[in-house]
Amino acid sequence: MTENPVFKQIEHEIGANDVVLFMKGTPVFPQCGFSAAVVQVLNHLDVTFKGIDILADPALRQGVKEFSQWPTIPQLYVKGEFVGGCDIIREMFSTGELVELFQSKGVPVAVTA
Amino acid sequence: MAMDPQSIENMIKEALPDATVRIDDLRGDGDHYAAYVVSSAFKGKTRVQQHQMVYAALKGRMGNELHALALQTAAE
Repeated sequence: MTENPVFKQIEHEIGANDVVLFMKGTPVFPQCGFSAAVVQVLNHLDVTFKGIDILADPALRQGVKEFSQWPTIPQLYVKGEFVGGCDIIREMFSTGELVELFQSKGVPVAVTA
Repeated sequence: MAMDPQSIENMIKEALPDATVRIDDLRGDGDHYAAYVVSSAFKGKTRVQQHQMVYAALKGRMGNELHALALQTAAE
């Protein structure tokens, strides 16, 4: 099996940035409700992240789904590790696990509770 | 384009025979669903792995014919 060249690009992004969100649109102008929901959670926690617009790159759009073995966008990576899509992020946020994850990975997070 | 809830449930149960599945049609449009899946097969698996098992059961339909399926999984 030939490795998808896009995988290298993805590995680079998730290695160079602590928190990466593959999303539809940009953090300022999300183009999909599910992407917007995750952006909202990250902004609420004041987490610095890099948003990557997969709509701008069809090869990346397909490639990231194969890379993560995950069929949908958005996809959140923290310190190179796939955390989940919109459902998982929302669930982890509401149980407090998301804050714990950021803290355990040494990612600065605002805790307002 | 859209999938009916019974075929979603059937596909999940085919892959996870002991699963308890509940499907809600969120908007009544046959295109936005929420699924709650409970199966002993999820024991010891992370959430990501549990969801991947459900996506595998749907054999590539998720993200294609099936536009939106909000997932919640649990191991009993």
